[in-house]
Amino acid sequence: MKIFSIALNTFRENLRDKLLYNLLIFALLMIGSSLILMQLTLGEFHRLILDIGLGSINFFGVLIAIFVGIGLVSKEIEKKTIYTIVSKPVARYQFLLGKYLGLSLTLVINTAIMAAGLLAVLYFQDVPVHAVLFKALGMIVLEFMVITAVALLFSTFSSATLSAIFTLAIYVIGHLTTDLKAFGQKMEGAGRSVLEGMYYILPNLDRFNLKGNVTHQLDVPAGDLLMIAAYGLAYTAFLLMLASVIFQRRDFR
Amino acid sequence: MDEVAKPIVKIQNLRKVFRVGFWGRRVMAVDGVSLEVQRGEVFGFLGPNGAGKTTTIKMLMGLIYPTEGTASLFGRPIGDPSGKAKVGFLPESPYFYDYLTSREFLRFYGHFFGLLGTALDKRIDELLSLVGMTHACDLQLRKFSKGMLQRVGIAQALINDPELVILDEPMSGLDPIGRKEVRDLILRLKESGKTVMFSSHILHDAELLCDRVAMIMKGKLVACGHVSELIAGDTTHEVEMVIDRLLPEALERIKPLAGKVVLQGERVMVVLSSQQAVDQALEVIRSAKAKLVALTPHKASLEDLFIREAKGIQSAVGARVS
Repeated sequence: MKIFSIALNTFRENLRDKLLYNLLIFALLMIGSSLILMQLTLGEFHRLILDIGLGSINFFGVLIAIFVGIGLVSKEIEKKTIYTIVSKPVARYQFLLGKYLGLSLTLVINTAIMAAGLLAVLYFQDVPVHAVLFKALGMIVLEFMVITAVALLFSTFSSATLSAIFTLAIYVIGHLTTDLKAFGQKMEGAGRSVLEGMYYILPNLDRFNLKGNVTHQLDVPAGDLLMIAAYGLAYTAFLLMLASVIFQRRDFR
Repeated sequence: MDEVAKPIVKIQNLRKVFRVGFWGRRVMAVDGVSLEVQRGEVFGFLGPNGAGKTTTIKMLMGLIYPTEGTASLFGRPIGDPSGKAKVGFLPESPYFYDYLTSREFLRFYGHFFGLLGTALDKRIDELLSLVGMTHACDLQLRKFSKGMLQRVGIAQALINDPELVILDEPMSGLDPIGRKEVRDLILRLKESGKTVMFSSHILHDAELLCDRVAMIMKGKLVACGHVSELIAGDTTHEVEMVIDRLLPEALERIKPLAGKVVLQGERVMVVLSSQQAVDQALEVIRSAKAKLVALTPHKASLEDLFIREAKGIQSAVGARVS
């Protein structure tokens, strides 16, 4: 109940944030722009629309997750709004979880709107829609949830600006972890252990990327999907727990 | 169980060390404060800016963890939800979710206490009229002035009908009318049987409102007790006399008794600092057939005590340095 009202309040806060609408409009423009870009290519129209569409959804969703996510907690501390919440019978982890769920709700709704834009473009261009597209969208949302948890974790102990930089770094590295491993295997000794350690600790965000499957109309087996989902949820849960532990020990000065 | 005799707030040897700056220099913000607040009283927590009032209150509310010492609310250790459920808290110069209207804002806080639906709406209406904000119930908080925010903040602190209300600097930044309203509100809370603890550096307010006060300076508790007792311990009793038609030779006899003599044409004002001097001066006035216009005892105030303690602390620090 308490978590739910904090989530709802966070959702309301997000809805009244202008940043959200700016990003959403840009995303829809990007998806729409694939129609113009289509004129420049020969054949492969479908792939282009799907590629640009899913790419924009992912990119702008991540921007929202990071730039709204980092403010979730640090803004509350800076503006001292947290004083009145923590002094009520609300546990700190409940506050954190509520904030997280509120932004997740915002992201799900945003993704739905962007997906509707993409579907509209696909419909008008008579592109056949396969089930794998929705699976890919689901995985994109899961990636957002992991990124949001990363942003939330950083914002429990550092400033908004630093959190943004850290989270962005994790996002970029998270998509390159396979390369990290490949690099590591070419190395010896300590360098190898460090890179392999990073491979296992950092989120493997590329696992959530099913864009290739969509453009090539390759279905993903349910078992694989389940594994990816389990990985995403477990990773998110771990990050949230870590964030709660740090947040619990913090002084609000 | 004897609920009445038990203190509602109990602070024992509370200490807080902050680490500041890059090297983590240790700064003692609160240094061994112990005090108790009894049920039904208005308790003033006084001290100059930066004395450690807010830090102590934040420790009570579970916003900051004490380095040493313990504190309890309603017999529960700080941070315990069942203790917090009976407390209302207004932080210093509060900031709230400025995208919410005051109604939405109060509804949000009501949910934390399991208040719902019409019961909550009714409570919100009561509170908005109590703090005189009914007219602005659908306005977003970012359009509010400081005084309006303070009132909504007080409404927020009272949403759960708390037994104990803790207000951190409730009068700071308010105009005289706003301050009077807050004072009235505190008295109304006391009348309805609530315990109020508030911090302030405005001593006049404290003197008007408080049953007991604690004074804190540089993190240390320097005085704690009933206002009247604290003032009674003060020895600076002065009496001001205004006399008409006092002949020059009579004036000469009074002058040695007085600490200060001011001549205003026909009128003389003298300040006497002991009961004996007052008796002797009255004798002179009677025998010289002068007219006593006014006799005003200057009561010692909390301010005198405050300034004396502040000077004491400063000279102690100065002695340590030199």
